[in-house]
Amino acid sequence: MRHWTLLRHLGATALAAAVLLGVTSVLDPFRDYQLATAAAYLCAAAGLTVLTGLNGQLSLGHGALMAVGAYTVALVQNGFGAHDVGTQWTVPVSLAAGVGAAAASGAVIGVAAARLRGPYLAGLTLVVAVAVPALTTVFGGVFHGDQGLSVYLPPTPAALGEDFPIERWQAWLALCAALLTLLLLANLIRSRFGRTLRAVRDDEVAARLAGIPVARTQVLAFVVSAACAGLGGGMFAVLAQSVSPGAFALTLSLNLLLAVVVGGLGSLAGAVWGSLLLVLLPYLTDTLTSSLALSPALTQRLAGNLPLAVFGLLLVIVMIAAPGGIQGLLNRAGRWARGRRHNRPVRRVDPSAHDAESPPPVATHT
Amino acid sequence: MDRFLFLSVDGLSRGAVYAAFALALVLIWRGTRIVNFAQGVMAVATAYLAYSVAGATGSYWTGFVAALLGGLVLGAVVERVVMRRVEQAPPLNAVIVALGLVLIGQGVLGMIYGNQFLPFPAPFSRAAMTVAGVPLVSRYDLFVFGTVLTLMLALAVLFTRTATGLRMRAAAFAPQVSRLLGVNVGGMLTLGWALAALVGALAGMLVIPTGLGLHPTAMDLVFVSAFTAAVVGGLDSPVGAVVGGLVVGLVLSYVGGYLGSSTTPLAVLALLVVVLLVRPSGLFSGAQTRRV
Repeated sequence: MRHWTLLRHLGATALAAAVLLGVTSVLDPFRDYQLATAAAYLCAAAGLTVLTGLNGQLSLGHGALMAVGAYTVALVQNGFGAHDVGTQWTVPVSLAAGVGAAAASGAVIGVAAARLRGPYLAGLTLVVAVAVPALTTVFGGVFHGDQGLSVYLPPTPAALGEDFPIERWQAWLALCAALLTLLLLANLIRSRFGRTLRAVRDDEVAARLAGIPVARTQVLAFVVSAACAGLGGGMFAVLAQSVSPGAFALTLSLNLLLAVVVGGLGSLAGAVWGSLLLVLLPYLTDTLTSSLALSPALTQRLAGNLPLAVFGLLLVIVMIAAPGGIQGLLNRAGRWARGRRHNRPVRRVDPSAHDAESPPPVATHT
Repeated sequence: MDRFLFLSVDGLSRGAVYAAFALALVLIWRGTRIVNFAQGVMAVATAYLAYSVAGATGSYWTGFVAALLGGLVLGAVVERVVMRRVEQAPPLNAVIVALGLVLIGQGVLGMIYGNQFLPFPAPFSRAAMTVAGVPLVSRYDLFVFGTVLTLMLALAVLFTRTATGLRMRAAAFAPQVSRLLGVNVGGMLTLGWALAALVGALAGMLVIPTGLGLHPTAMDLVFVSAFTAAVVGGLDSPVGAVVGGLVVGLVLSYVGGYLGSSTTPLAVLALLVVVLLVRPSGLFSGAQTRRV
């Protein structure tokens, strides 16, 4: 059965890649860049949803892990640039280095975190998120403090033509990274390890009695998740062609958390919705405020802050009213539609009468 | 030696503020088993209120009182409107909701006041007075010590000497039994949150003049320091929070003074990791809880 899952995931990935290839070639460069940003968010959000949704460990430090990935990519790329290595292979190599560095940092945090639960873990990772950007100032000789580093990026391949927009090339890179992450994580979730993750989340004592090494599972989950965050951060460096501590502040970690919670905790599809939301919502609010013809000072204050407030509001409302997030609502709607279709020929069903969990009601007319 | 003395006094002054802020975290943790990650932004919101009121009336002290009252109201509103709905849910939900409040707070404050640092002067001189030839303690430090000490005495009297304090402790300790005995448990929780927010607002008013100025994220580092202080003390113990606050204040003052101020966040991280790995229950936890 297992290779069926693998085949299905491979097929879905290939299909998605084909569709996205078409989509990127009709979009203008600005949209391509937005898509690339969403894909970079998605790498990190997919990792976070595995850790928080499937393993029950809340991390507020994923923004910091993204910073580790981004700075590693920047340093390695600039190393290549300094030695005039300009081939396209430098980008995957430095991304791999970023993933490795983030995974190693994740292992360190994970070992400390495996002994912690709930608010203690959240607090520790929160301190990580606040402390890691400070490293760039402490080791200012390497990281250049608040100014950050610019990232050397080889030019787009000549085979694509002279006027091929760089944004589209970046979108391809980012989408490749995101699809690869999703493919690997989807298989991981369906594997024995994925079941172990859920077992540890649901009941540690029962998991331990069943012979699952709880601490090791938690550390491994942190490493996998950190590697994804490193890839996302590395993609950020490739997209912006610069890295600075301001881009990896605590807000980034909170945004990632928002993406996975609002999208639907524990579901990769939810991470996709959340990442799109992270890019689209600021864009929509910006369009809205610029269409209202407000004073320049007010527009400047609203920019960046209005999306933040809306994000926070969304987070609170979703957590209280619909903890399943967007994907949970979609699943419910899908089940409801299916139930309706099956029932329609036989009897009329009041749509409000049955819940997702309860079986379809019996015939109401007699 | 002079520098060491100066840093010690400075550390104790900072530590007093961290202690107050940690106390606010402990108050809420004892009542509802929630770590209020929104405490920092709530304190900043009240400081902004003080800024506006002081600007309108021209008096620092009306602003000060407005911040404290604002904290009281804000804490009660947050508990009633938002937190009550997740108190019974898994602990993860409460943390996430509190973080949502952080985003809302930073966004709304940024929209109203902008994202630049606003000047937030101290009511007393921060220049150190010379004692026996050594520049030691400033008037502002004395003000901080006095305020925090008064606050702690007031809280101690409230919790140990008044009927309301007894009800609050009962509601936190055994909600069901207290409810049967006629204690308004929900009301006590709201009161606890309101008190905690008041304490947080006070700590914010004391610490913001010593930093860069008023900014929506001005309390982030204070929050993580106070969280570390509360964990050092054991999250459950008010005395532990005070001692933890002073310890964290001293450590950060020495590290910042001798190694440069940019290293203080790393010092907080190192301290928290060491405490969590060596003694996760904190130095002052009374009952040993066994995790099964």
